[in-house]
Amino acid sequence: MIRYLLKRVASGIALLCLVSTVTFMMVFGATGNVARNILGENATAEQVTALNSRLGLDRPLMVQFGDWVSHAIRGDLGPSWTMSESVASALASRLPVTLSMVTIAVAMMALLSAMLGIAAAVRGGWADRAIQIVSVAGFAMPNFWLGLLLVLTFSVQLGWLPATGYVSFGASPSAWAASLVLPVTALVLSGIASASQQIRGAVIDALKQDYVRTLRARGVSPRSVLYRHALRNAMPAALTVLSVQFIALLGGAAVIERVFAIPGMGSLTVSAALIGDVPVLMGVVVTLIIVVVLVNILIDFLNAWANPKVRMS
Amino acid sequence: MSDINTAQAPIPAASQRRHFVRSVLSNPTGLVASLALLVVIASAIFAPLLAPNDPSAVQIFKVNAVAGDGYLLGGDGSGRDIWSRLVHGGRNTFLGALITVVIAASIGVTAGLFAGFYGRKLDLVARWISDGIMALPALIVLLAFYQALGASIYLSMAVFGVMLSPGFFRLTRNLVNGVKHELYIDAARVSGLSDLRIITRHILLSVRAPVVIQTSIVAGIAIVVQSGLEFLGLGDPSTPTWGGMLQDAFSNIYVSPQAILWPGLAITATVASLVLLANAIRDRMQQGGVQVRAPKVLPLAASQPLPQAAPDVLLDVRDLVVAYPANDGWREVVKGVSLSLRRGEVLGLVGESGSGKSQTAFAILGLLSPGGRVVSGSILFDGIDLGKSSQDEVRALRGKRIAYVPQEPMANLDPAFRIGYQLVEPMMTVLGISRAEATRRALKLLARVKLPDPERVFRAYPHQISGGMAQRVLIAGAVACSPDLLIADEPTTALDVTVQAEVLDLLRDLQKEFNMAVMLVTHNFGVVADSCDRVAVMKDGRIVEINSVADLFAAPAHDYTRMLLDSVLEDGKTRTYRPPMTEEMRA
Repeated sequence: MIRYLLKRVASGIALLCLVSTVTFMMVFGATGNVARNILGENATAEQVTALNSRLGLDRPLMVQFGDWVSHAIRGDLGPSWTMSESVASALASRLPVTLSMVTIAVAMMALLSAMLGIAAAVRGGWADRAIQIVSVAGFAMPNFWLGLLLVLTFSVQLGWLPATGYVSFGASPSAWAASLVLPVTALVLSGIASASQQIRGAVIDALKQDYVRTLRARGVSPRSVLYRHALRNAMPAALTVLSVQFIALLGGAAVIERVFAIPGMGSLTVSAALIGDVPVLMGVVVTLIIVVVLVNILIDFLNAWANPKVRMS
Repeated sequence: MSDINTAQAPIPAASQRRHFVRSVLSNPTGLVASLALLVVIASAIFAPLLAPNDPSAVQIFKVNAVAGDGYLLGGDGSGRDIWSRLVHGGRNTFLGALITVVIAASIGVTAGLFAGFYGRKLDLVARWISDGIMALPALIVLLAFYQALGASIYLSMAVFGVMLSPGFFRLTRNLVNGVKHELYIDAARVSGLSDLRIITRHILLSVRAPVVIQTSIVAGIAIVVQSGLEFLGLGDPSTPTWGGMLQDAFSNIYVSPQAILWPGLAITATVASLVLLANAIRDRMQQGGVQVRAPKVLPLAASQPLPQAAPDVLLDVRDLVVAYPANDGWREVVKGVSLSLRRGEVLGLVGESGSGKSQTAFAILGLLSPGGRVVSGSILFDGIDLGKSSQDEVRALRGKRIAYVPQEPMANLDPAFRIGYQLVEPMMTVLGISRAEATRRALKLLARVKLPDPERVFRAYPHQISGGMAQRVLIAGAVACSPDLLIADEPTTALDVTVQAEVLDLLRDLQKEFNMAVMLVTHNFGVVADSCDRVAVMKDGRIVEINSVADLFAAPAHDYTRMLLDSVLEDGKTRTYRPPMTEEMRA
């Protein structure tokens, strides 16, 4: 168990190193136009050269990389090129916003898709049809379009909920909740589409197992067979779906934050990408990989709890 | 991911390809999806003919114009024709999706073929890379790479193709792992075909259909992501795109809300067609071409007068018919079986696999696999008509009065729970006793079935004990509530030969101890000879012969019984009875 988790941590660190390196080479290798982007069309060649040397872009790529790494392992991701704050502090204020939105979305998705998936697996009928419709709709509708439709209906037409803007939980919990209703709804539909189908399949598979027949032959109640035995055995598959969906939602949040003007990681990434604020982009990628690795390790823990074979080895 | 297994259905041969396409189209979903897709693609190809205006031409009077006011669907925020932009927008969307699909499929399928075929290190490395790529939020990576890739959306879509290749990789790899040990691959190897030939000729062919399904799903994902990138402003502003149109509509949402509708509908309709088409192909592959619909009307058993049973008869099965839904209505697996068991009697139910003996057993337990029904006939247990009893009433009998010992011991213990719990839970439910009392009884039972160290087994998980021990645990569980009838479905088939005898001895001892009636389902006449009083021989869902063991071995009446006995003799498995030589043997 300990060895297994250590292996996963090592694999996560290897992934982090590999992705940071590739991303660094890609984004810092293509900084030819960045200075001009930042200074604008009217800047003179001297100004551009001066900015390049101030940002350290005139050095060889490997030197820049070594410099970045030596700072990054101490938690210093450098200054932003376009904002008056450091990358680390920009991330520190943005990450909680995105994480709270994505966490709520994942929790809702898990709950709804578990309910829908189990109902479809056990009853078939309407729940099965609902899943089929939701899965096609959720897959085919871009989440930002759904977000736009929600804004159009509930904010512009009905005026029930704020169209844009984010209120922090500290400022007003109710306003915070209201500001998250539409974005979270837009985010979860596609997740529910895929997760409920997978959970349905996992529960059906579990119920088909021989031990379910044996448990029933011993007089165990159908409720216990489903909720205690089948669900426990369907857990690893469901957890895998959640980890995949969590990653998908982190990406999806980028577009959704744009629609609802939420100051999270996504909107930070988009503006940094458009202007070429390379240190911010590096910071975003590194942070998100760390988040993903941590979430996956958490999922491994839960998996070990559900699956004694993993726990004991 | 979940579709990997389902996608492994048999692949139609080349000669059947046209038939395959036709049958996908005969499915209404498949037909509508294909037509819709065709319309969207054609309108993208013939966009210049369909678009009345230059998609980039600006008419200042038509800024945010309503539909029909000069422009079919109105004007956008810059006064451009929404309809013209819509049909032109399809072009870049399909090109982007094509790039993503081609790159994802060629990388993923190639890597999957080689990793699956050669395995080992290559497989390990490829899987690590694939898992790594899947751990990345693709959209964020594309945003981060935007400056490096430049304003061309196609480069981004190419990178996206790389990021989606793990889907193809995993699918192909698993499929190859499934087929690479098939005989025809071995044959190809023996006949001297090079690895490359085998991979391209034989293996590629068998992964084709699942890859087509995956392609259509990936094309859908690509279209959604591309429109997302364009919506964020990462596309080329000079070409009309669906995502770009949504960006424009978003900035004018208060002035001209209807403009949001069209591009989104175009994306959704296109992607939905792709998914539905994939579903139709998958359904076709799973069902072997015929629309399966379980017949709604079920021929119910005619209400018969309750048959009078002899006083010492415990189980009385009459004219039992069990059926499962199939392509063309119901397929009967048990076709009118009648048998009876007295208290304390051991009946062997013998037949080849597929003869319906296990289904007869499951029908008596009321535990047929999903879809299975008792179509007609009656099952009387101690005077109770199980067919007329409610689910709950039958459940109350199970475990308490009717018990079951399965065939595969390891598959019949829940891997997620300790063995002790799996014994204690049913006892608490069935007997209504406390956990402490159930625990005490469970430990006693484990000792009774001669397990060394019952305490350890009680605390162990199923994967920590051997198959023989697991079967003893299952027998302990079956007799836990001292049942009147024990149904044992091939209880020794999955065990080592040495363990088989011990388990049979144990069953026989317990049968005497509890004076249980036992229905012993088996294909092994040796087991029958050792353990049974009477034997019923089943073939094709019917009982062809039923007799006392001694009489049946001495004078088998039915040809089929004789054949089964002969085959046993050739295996040399029985020693107890030596039937007289038959005509065939003398010859």
